[in-house]
Amino acid sequence: MAYYDKENECMDRERLIELQSERLIWQVKRMYDKVPLFRERMQEKGLLPEDIRSVEDLKHLPFSYKQDLRDYYPYGLFAVPTSEIVRVHASSGTTGKQIVVGYTRKDLDDWSTCTARQLAATGADKNSFVQVSYGYGLFTGGLGLHGGTEKLGATVIPISSGNTQRQIQTMIDFGATHLCCTPSYAMYLGETIEEMGLTEELKLKAGIFGAEPWTEDMRKAIEEKLRLKAYDIYGLSEIMGPGVAYECDKQKGMHICEDMFIPEIIDPNTCEVLPAGSLGELVFTTITKEGFPLIRYRTRDIASLNYEKCECGRSFVRMNKPQGRSDDMMIIRGVNVFPSQIEEVLLRVGGDVTPNYMVIVDRVNNHDTLEVQVEMSDKLFSDDVKSVEFVEEKIKSQLASVLGLAAKVRLVEPKTIARSEGKAKRVLDKRKL
Amino acid sequence: MLVKQISVFVENKFGRLAEIISILGNNNIDISALSIADTTDFGILRLIVNDPNLAEKVLKDNGLAVKSTEVIAVAVEDKPGGLARVLNILKDANISIEYMYAFIGKSESGALVIIRVDQPNEAINVLKNSGIEIIKASDVYRL
Repeated sequence: MAYYDKENECMDRERLIELQSERLIWQVKRMYDKVPLFRERMQEKGLLPEDIRSVEDLKHLPFSYKQDLRDYYPYGLFAVPTSEIVRVHASSGTTGKQIVVGYTRKDLDDWSTCTARQLAATGADKNSFVQVSYGYGLFTGGLGLHGGTEKLGATVIPISSGNTQRQIQTMIDFGATHLCCTPSYAMYLGETIEEMGLTEELKLKAGIFGAEPWTEDMRKAIEEKLRLKAYDIYGLSEIMGPGVAYECDKQKGMHICEDMFIPEIIDPNTCEVLPAGSLGELVFTTITKEGFPLIRYRTRDIASLNYEKCECGRSFVRMNKPQGRSDDMMIIRGVNVFPSQIEEVLLRVGGDVTPNYMVIVDRVNNHDTLEVQVEMSDKLFSDDVKSVEFVEEKIKSQLASVLGLAAKVRLVEPKTIARSEGKAKRVLDKRKL
Repeated sequence: MLVKQISVFVENKFGRLAEIISILGNNNIDISALSIADTTDFGILRLIVNDPNLAEKVLKDNGLAVKSTEVIAVAVEDKPGGLARVLNILKDANISIEYMYAFIGKSESGALVIIRVDQPNEAINVLKNSGIEIIKASDVYRL
């Protein structure tokens, strides 16, 4: 049984709840002083910081939403002066504009603790070589696992995403023992290695795969192809990044780093807190974060919490793999995509008229594909190929820049996309997950 | 002088072309000339017909994306160098050709070429001044 910091991970639950209460009180007090939006929402509810005396009072606090990050873009929700922010990351918002999150030096250190816990739980130690094949950059995947690897004292191979041949060569030559990437990319790597006949050369022991939905069947297939044990990891940029919750070797749910994040499950319609074990929307409160703290953040992920003590000895509550979303967000190749982002691009290209469209998501050879079908109109149509292809290209390049993801664009004849009464069904997700 | 050409957006789907052309046939529309520009996913069907306004209407009524464009119909001597002469006149006048298509044997003067240029009126003037026969729209529709 390997832990990164056993005294915290296995802390007595009573002590943990005390600690959460202390930290929550501290966080509410400082946010009331430093984040105007939070103060306004507290005042609307007639609450003062001193009304919050323990985690029991969490349910009285106001929620926060993804839209807040857009409304206060870029730095309006930070709780420290930007001089104390040492790094920013970004992810997709519900529309064209991205959302920004900021970290102080201590926040980065805490985040590294989260991912170090995950790595240790998979058996990594100072002698391990961790190949981080998540993208490095504004996306939190790469640098998140990178920080944990260094903090654990293992050797990080910061290869980032892409270039499969080089990934495989590096993995073999450098003797990678751990691999971190999206599950679909792990599948793809596994298949390619198999085709190349290099399976015997692998030294992999474990892999940490997250940032997109995957199934138990995929887990088995990845484990077989890459000859490792596959672990699930959960996180979101707004709360921290990967490592908010991590899987132990019992693989019966992911342990939430409860000394930093308090989870709740609510009914997304009534917003009532649901009893332990219920399936509902996951809500997080960050109790140690300095730079960009959030109180009762609505993740829109549908999950449940299991408070039973895990055989691994950790006292942190376990969440199951999210079962879906309470909004229309899709996760494609690890990137969050909202239909509204696509609509915005089409509106712009269509000259203030949104052409009828359909988004088709599929998984071909374990690779997510995104196709946007756009109905031709007299307005977009022209008698020469160049102009029509220009329309197609324009949609494609704007989608790529707004979504951060390549999409196939297909122009179709008018009125060939089914119209539905009431709310149009714009997305067809053919992935079987 | 300018001829009205009807362009239709056609998805690259089996049988689609036959369906679209049938719409014209069912409405008693006679096709004088046509060309298809194709890409992997779609094609643009360009038509010269006896009644362009009716063609535009029935195609639109059938839910197609349709555009009408003005093109020039030129009679070209059906002998080596005939087409080259026309093209050189346009080139010398700095007129760009977007696309063109030809068909042989219907015009009394030889081959008929449909040309879409960036400056149609200018093109007609220089061709006429060089003695090239421009076919009137009403004559083209009758072919």
